[in-house]
Amino acid sequence: MEVKITINGQEVSRDVEPRTLLVHFIRDTPGLTGTHWGCDTSNCGACVVLMDGKPIKSCTTLAAMCVGHEIRTVESLEQNGRLDPIQMAFHEKHGLHCGFCTPGMLMTTRALLDSNPNPTEAEIRTAISGAICRCTGYKNIVSAVRWAAEHEAATRQEA
Amino acid sequence: MQTPAPFEYERATSVEGAIATLAKLGPEARLIAGGHSLLPMMKLRLANPEHLIDINDLEELSYIEERQNEIRIGALTRHAELLEAELLARRAPVFRDAEEVIADPVVRNRGTIGGSLCQADAAEDLSAVCAALKAQVVIRGPSGERIVGMDGFYIGPFTTAVGADEMLTEVRIPLRAGAGSAHEKVERRAGDFAIAAVSAAVWLEGGVIADAGLALGALGPTTIIASRGEEALKGKPPSEELFAEAGEIAKEDCAPVPDGRGPVDYKRHLASVLTVRALRHATARALQQEA
Amino acid sequence: MATMETATTERPIGFGRLRRKEDARFIRGKGTYLDDIRLPGMVHGVMLRSPYAHAKILSIDTSKALAHPGVAAVVTAKDLETLGLAWMPTISYDTQAVLAGDKVRFQGQEVAFVIAVDEYRARDALSLIDVEYEPLPAVVNARKALDPDAPLIRDDKESQVDNLASPLWEAGDEEATDRAFAEADTIVTRDIIYPRCHPAPLETCGMIADFNPKTGQLDIYNGNQAPNAHRTVYAHVAGLAEHMIRIRCNDIGGGFGNKVPVYPGYVCAIAGSIVAGVPVKWIEDRSENLMSTGFARDYVMHAEMCSKDGKITGLRVDVIADHGAFDSTAQPTKFPAGFFHIVCGSYDLEAAHVQVKAVYTNKAPGGVAYRCSFRITEAVYLVERMVDALALEMKVDPIELRMRSFIKPEQFPYETTTGWTYDSGEYAKTMREAMRIAGYDELRKEQASKRARGELMGIGVSFFTEGVGAGPRKHMDILGLAMNDGADLRVHPSGKAMVSISAQTQGQGHETTFAQIVAEELGIPPEDVQVRHGDTDRTPYGLGTYGSRSTPVSGAAVAVVSRKVRDKARLIAATMLETRAEDLAWEKGRWYVKGDPEKGAMIEEIAQYAYSGEAMPEGMEGGLDAQVIYDPPNLTYPCGAYIAVVDVDPDTAAVEVRRFIAVDDCGVRINPMIVEGQIHGGLAEGIGIALMEVITFDDEGNCLNGSFMDYLIPTALECPDFELGETITPCPHHPLGAKGVGESPNVGSPPAIVNAVIDAVHATHGVDHIDMPCTPARVWAAMQGRPEPPQ
Repeated sequence: MEVKITINGQEVSRDVEPRTLLVHFIRDTPGLTGTHWGCDTSNCGACVVLMDGKPIKSCTTLAAMCVGHEIRTVESLEQNGRLDPIQMAFHEKHGLHCGFCTPGMLMTTRALLDSNPNPTEAEIRTAISGAICRCTGYKNIVSAVRWAAEHEAATRQEA
Repeated sequence: MQTPAPFEYERATSVEGAIATLAKLGPEARLIAGGHSLLPMMKLRLANPEHLIDINDLEELSYIEERQNEIRIGALTRHAELLEAELLARRAPVFRDAEEVIADPVVRNRGTIGGSLCQADAAEDLSAVCAALKAQVVIRGPSGERIVGMDGFYIGPFTTAVGADEMLTEVRIPLRAGAGSAHEKVERRAGDFAIAAVSAAVWLEGGVIADAGLALGALGPTTIIASRGEEALKGKPPSEELFAEAGEIAKEDCAPVPDGRGPVDYKRHLASVLTVRALRHATARALQQEA
Repeated sequence: MATMETATTERPIGFGRLRRKEDARFIRGKGTYLDDIRLPGMVHGVMLRSPYAHAKILSIDTSKALAHPGVAAVVTAKDLETLGLAWMPTISYDTQAVLAGDKVRFQGQEVAFVIAVDEYRARDALSLIDVEYEPLPAVVNARKALDPDAPLIRDDKESQVDNLASPLWEAGDEEATDRAFAEADTIVTRDIIYPRCHPAPLETCGMIADFNPKTGQLDIYNGNQAPNAHRTVYAHVAGLAEHMIRIRCNDIGGGFGNKVPVYPGYVCAIAGSIVAGVPVKWIEDRSENLMSTGFARDYVMHAEMCSKDGKITGLRVDVIADHGAFDSTAQPTKFPAGFFHIVCGSYDLEAAHVQVKAVYTNKAPGGVAYRCSFRITEAVYLVERMVDALALEMKVDPIELRMRSFIKPEQFPYETTTGWTYDSGEYAKTMREAMRIAGYDELRKEQASKRARGELMGIGVSFFTEGVGAGPRKHMDILGLAMNDGADLRVHPSGKAMVSISAQTQGQGHETTFAQIVAEELGIPPEDVQVRHGDTDRTPYGLGTYGSRSTPVSGAAVAVVSRKVRDKARLIAATMLETRAEDLAWEKGRWYVKGDPEKGAMIEEIAQYAYSGEAMPEGMEGGLDAQVIYDPPNLTYPCGAYIAVVDVDPDTAAVEVRRFIAVDDCGVRINPMIVEGQIHGGLAEGIGIALMEVITFDDEGNCLNGSFMDYLIPTALECPDFELGETITPCPHHPLGAKGVGESPNVGSPPAIVNAVIDAVHATHGVDHIDMPCTPARVWAAMQGRPEPPQ
């Protein structure tokens, strides 16, 4: 069946089987291998993307189910050569090691800041509790989100 | 990554249409909403439906509304919405307690109350919540609507009263004065299914528990309504001793099986501990409402 | 990609908290992991695996699968036999079936390999393969593996008459130990299990094998931690020309020891590509990863520890090591039990005696993985649990007993009773720093007042010394390959540089850290130093990254090669400045004339000169580069003091780690930010192992933790905000004084947490031991007086 999904503002249309998972639909689109997978049971969060602004696990969603919805992946964060504050934050606070969980973490925390611009440490930990990181122990990821929150607050103040 | 076997897919454009398609295609057709119970099973090839009917476009099934004596929740309402709903936090706080410990925040953006109840996993938290609140569900089929109480909803492990050509469309939570409710859960790790869980609801009137709801999760083949425990509470003033008595009854009346989460004696022990905690918390909330 | 825009102004030329260079691609989702690679004409392989732990294979019918649309081939043991690849050698000089022919020996074992146009179709074909099995009784309990009536697992090996995998390994002095126990005041005995767990990196294992039949070139893309060693193994096993094999690792989504072994899937992908002449991709799913790839630990230990006059004096340990169905543990040849005999710990013992025997069971093969430092995780867990047991018996504070028994600073280099020479350490100082950060005395007061209210709070301590950076070539090889690592450094005419290393990052930040070493030694800014790794065609030979060896071995190699370049630069500078080499002094980035500091030559100028037509010093070739293969003179010995604070729910027995204090002494820290990050990550793993991670089996050998639903890894909610401290005791033999730290947090944290849990429930419930994982159910059972070992 033909599946047409808006990914990062662009329409992507392909003929796929109904059983094609969203994560595979995305990863089979040229330039979009930033969304990863790490398990079979919807636990690890490596596959998180945004659907209509909310984080979802793309390994547990059919591509067909996303027709008519907006999908955003990690590749959408950098705009016109400018990094999103959450990307800068992860770099600044050493919130990544191997980078495999990072796209999922970035999308989850981007969505968190969009709905809660000043999250507490507890709220950050809860927001990322659906994503596993094997490398960082989470402490620097939490710091990164706080850094991004403060950076964005400062930018809003200046504006 | 594991992948599902092939199947046909269509999108429902109306409830009637979805039901008609179910009736036409028979038992090899399944409805899919959030898909976070069904798709994992399909990826592991434990479930292999030949047809999926996607009901996510049926926005008319997504609502949380207060009516005169009840709250009506559309079956397509997502866990995240149930968690956020101030109405529920005020009138039936057991929902927020449970939602905070159901799966994880990302899964909660997709999973629905209808899907969770129909999955009929004994360890599923909303089943205990709705049972304790003495909810009723609306089931629609080719021949119309029928209403089933939670006490008649679970027939067996992973089996509900919803027929192969029917759809659960709404959950109705009765509202009465003096209400308090709470959910307690013990898990091996955040997001895990419960080792044991208890939902409790009390309705206080004139200083006594006029009515009580007590439901046990992950402690039997289905969600267990601890009716003997409920009876023991009715008509009595709330007290630690009374809660402990109900806890003992829950411990006796549950039917846990040993597994990776724990052995039988530990689960029975949790039945009593969590019953006491849930009742204590529910009562405190009911008293706050009065105050 | 251009330099990262960054908010920080901290840009050290050398050691310091430099933000990472590799971040640029990862935060954009532009890493190249195995599954991101698509090659023209590539096909997919998927493995059919055994549902039984132990069964004869009566027949395999692949005809229906072969007929399925999109399927190109179905490979079985018979097909591999014709290529001589049905069995492969393991790192421990055993053999392992690539595809099972006669029998399956663990649930999840590889039985057939389907190659199809894509993964969906390959998986569809799996269910079309008919295998007829005759189930056999399974050996699941390691303690029973050597029972006379235990079924024989390795009947493929002619001389194998039982399930003993490895003969007895012994260390220490039995007689001296007997004497120490005979003279002791206090003796404690414990049966302690370190259960089977799994490194479970977020990216599973996989390979793309691309054989070009016209040229004979085999290109391999594979996330593996020792690419050079793998290349040699493939050449040997597959009879291929080693110079025609190229392995590229690109980006690896975590290793933790899981990506050290050679897996059957790799061999099948290579064989498939050689036969079909197209690229074959194999990438396992998560359940395959958990059920068939290299697990960790699984040590059943019996130990006794004794003390005299208030000090620990002796230790006896007997171990049954469960190696699974094939012996594929990775460790240096002369050390079949790895470095377990470092179990003497951080204490000045009079004597110790250690015996380890390894058995086969009907479970997946492995044992050495998950940041274990070659079994040091098991050793430290054992000794730190025993010290606490002894402290309980002696009614002494657990820190006090450690302080009394520590090796003293003046005793270094210290030779342990089991043959190790520890390089340096100031244990009491490190321990005191942990106590200070934790506020130890206040914690004990808080514990007492909580206990009076019925609240169960526990404080647990562990102190570890471990040995990393294997190792000296006269002692240590793997499969006959010396555990040395190389570094090639080239400074270009413009003064920018490239250093090629044989270490293999899986997230450890090598592109940054190794650039910082060159920067420190030569004064070339890190952003001007490219670190090349992960390509066997373009990097020197070495044994890769595991066992915390990157800094001790490759870090040393890079320092030494930088100094070689600096020494060469000195001679060139002397020629440039028309003076003698002895008259020159160095400040970072520049050689200058001692009496006339204005007169000097910067490294960029020296480089430009070296490539120009100008006269070089007598006998010296042009260019500015050097090569080194570094042979470490010894291991390095980082240490650390860890304190865990836990709260145990008195009714549900759920355990929460409220605080975790970690003071590590890993010598000089090249990039403290990266060091701290490594520690955070290892502490999280320790929480997982202590509280929730375990691979268990039922009596029939069915694996009960084969997915992330049941193999539980800590989320951000289970990890506290880690509190780190440091002491710095440089390594006397390492060029930079650095020791390595990657595995320390995983070594030191499980015993601290278990000690804390027991501390929480000992006074009120009399618990003096609980085996991991300390799940609520298991802690509760212990509180009722019946601690049960995991199955």
